Amino acid sequence: MGFLFDRNTWQEIFGSIGKNKTRTIITMIGVLWGIFVYIGLSGAAQGMDNGFEKVFKTVSMNSMFVWGQSTSKPYDGFKTGRQMQLKLDNVTELQNRIPEIQYIAPRITLGNFGSDPVYTVRGQKSGTYTINGDYPVYTKIATKKIFDGGRFINDEDIDQARKVCVIGERNLKELFEKDENPVGQYIRIGSVYFQVIGVHKMVQGVSFDNDSDIFIPFSTYRKLYNSGENIGYMCIAAYDDVDVVQVEKDVKSILRGIHRVDPEDERAFGSFNLGEMFGRISGFAKGLTFVSLIVGIATILAGVIGIGNILLISVKERTKELGIRRALGATPTEVKSQIILESVFLTVLSGIIGIILGAGVLSIINNMTKDIDFPYTNPTVPIPYVLGALAIMVILGTLIGLIPAQRAVSIKPIDALREE
Amino acid sequence: MIEIKDLHKSYKMGSNSLHVLKGINFTVKEGELVAIMGSSGSGKSTLLNILGMLDVADSGEYKLDGVPIKDLNETKAAKYRNKFLGFVFQSFNLINYKTALENVALPLYYQRIPRKERQEKALKYLEMVGLKEWSHHLPNELSGGQNQRVAVARAMASEPKVILADELTGALDSTTSYEVMELVQEINDQGNTILVVTHEDDIAHMCKRIVYLKDGVIIKDEKVKQVRASEYV
Ligand SMILES: Nc1ncnc2c1ncn2[C@@H]1O[C@H](COP(=O)(O)OP(=O)(O)O)[C@@H](O)[C@H]1O
Ligand SMILES: [Mg+2]
Repeated sequence: MGFLFDRNTWQEIFGSIGKNKTRTIITMIGVLWGIFVYIGLSGAAQGMDNGFEKVFKTVSMNSMFVWGQSTSKPYDGFKTGRQMQLKLDNVTELQNRIPEIQYIAPRITLGNFGSDPVYTVRGQKSGTYTINGDYPVYTKIATKKIFDGGRFINDEDIDQARKVCVIGERNLKELFEKDENPVGQYIRIGSVYFQVIGVHKMVQGVSFDNDSDIFIPFSTYRKLYNSGENIGYMCIAAYDDVDVVQVEKDVKSILRGIHRVDPEDERAFGSFNLGEMFGRISGFAKGLTFVSLIVGIATILAGVIGIGNILLISVKERTKELGIRRALGATPTEVKSQIILESVFLTVLSGIIGIILGAGVLSIINNMTKDIDFPYTNPTVPIPYVLGALAIMVILGTLIGLIPAQRAVSIKPIDALREE
Repeated sequence: MIEIKDLHKSYKMGSNSLHVLKGINFTVKEGELVAIMGSSGSGKSTLLNILGMLDVADSGEYKLDGVPIKDLNETKAAKYRNKFLGFVFQSFNLINYKTALENVALPLYYQRIPRKERQEKALKYLEMVGLKEWSHHLPNELSGGQNQRVAVARAMASEPKVILADELTGALDSTTSYEVMELVQEINDQGNTILVVTHEDDIAHMCKRIVYLKDGVIIKDEKVKQVRASEYV
């Protein structure tokens, strides 16, 4: 391997590949283009992947919702069309019976799903908003960014059924003066005064709530609206390594059992599965990565084969020169390693240029998409990918170089010398 | 220095076989300057190529400086060529994208001699053939005679035991031929063993011994009074 660091080895290589510069450059463009396509495509795919990742960051990916609807089959003496009402103890039961569940947050809502929003007043200003009765655990499933100085509902709020609320940015704008600090202030929701404890930030991407939703402690809601054990719907997050689709099935089947519904009745409980949707989208991004890998590798391969071909021609042209070298004492190994080194050198050099160009284009794209609302973030190709690509170049360069190298020494030196 | 016994060589072409060397016996001692004479097609080059380990004989013995040369694989042959032999060809066989200096240094590169030393040595031999000032010129910037001198310098550079020259004046006009032969004689005067293949009588007589080859055998092997090439120049 020492010969790799010998300046003369390189002089020999530059000498021979520099002999026909145009051809060398045209050859290199093949591989260069291949790695450029590979870097460009996989960077773009990575960018999409990152983009989706960002969009979904605010919610637990492996999560689902379940709510009550009405039965579509008669069962156990009940008629069809019976309205299903989820109860608080369903939550405990689900939690106990399905170990795959990480978090489960019951919610109850006014202003959604057909019910009227609530008239809310502060001083001269007012609006009608959706009111949610929530537990602190809700933020484990859907991240809530609270502006500095505020907080989300906590366990004490629940225990003492405090009249506190977390408002959205739009509530803030509509109910408060500009630059006014809402935390600690009171607003009237319906007929009851609530103290504002925080303002939640509107997030880009997927969110279950919008910027005008008001959160109050579940227990307070229950007292106020006399909802008893009733809940509106449940948000459930499964552990990361769990198949949330299965959890969704289990949840519904347990609920059917509790509420004495026909096990076949698919309509009694409605549900929505975020994991599945996310899986589909990220599957798309992964598919894109895979396709770019295939396309890139195919292009690189074509380029490398081009290099092999050119070297084969060049070896043929240089038959005499190689004969001279062998007459002067170059061993077959030395002749072969020179040609393989030429191949590897050309491959890797084109590869590096391709990587640089690809990275350049990616960074331009990144700058252009930075400020637009498109799920595309940080379109970089991970370093291991780049190193992997280079390693592949070295390997391919060596393999393809073997052919002309073998060709070069397959002819006897005396015959090589006779060649004109 | 060179000992060959009953050397045979035939070329096979399809079903035909051309028997070119039909039992060659001769020895060359250190410091000799031998001409191998013969008409075209008499097998001179074939013999020289075998001596140069560029080709192998079908049968017979060959010893170079006491080392039996047989069953060589290409790697071993390359090493022996590099260590023991220097070649000068009719068509110079310089590498056209390398300067005179680089061409002369090439056999030293294959001897793994460090770069600096290599260049010093190459320059020394270029100086010896009178081309020090031309060391950075490419072969196409030099005349035929100059190119052959570079080739001689290259053959000398690895300090071989024997220098083998095949029609080294074949591509040169007579004045230039004599200049190159003068160089060869000088090198021989310093004690180098040299074999020169030629079909030209005057060139042969500038050697100290002439071996006549005809139809694959040696028909005459005689010592001659050396004609100094300098007399012609
Ligand atoms: N590689 C070869 N294949 C077949 N025949 C050859 C080959 N080399 C030389 N010959 C034949 O062998 C004979 C001797 O050739 P050569 O040694 O080159 O003669 P010289 O150098 O004396 O002119 C010639 O008839 C030539 O045609
Ligand atoms: Mg000949």
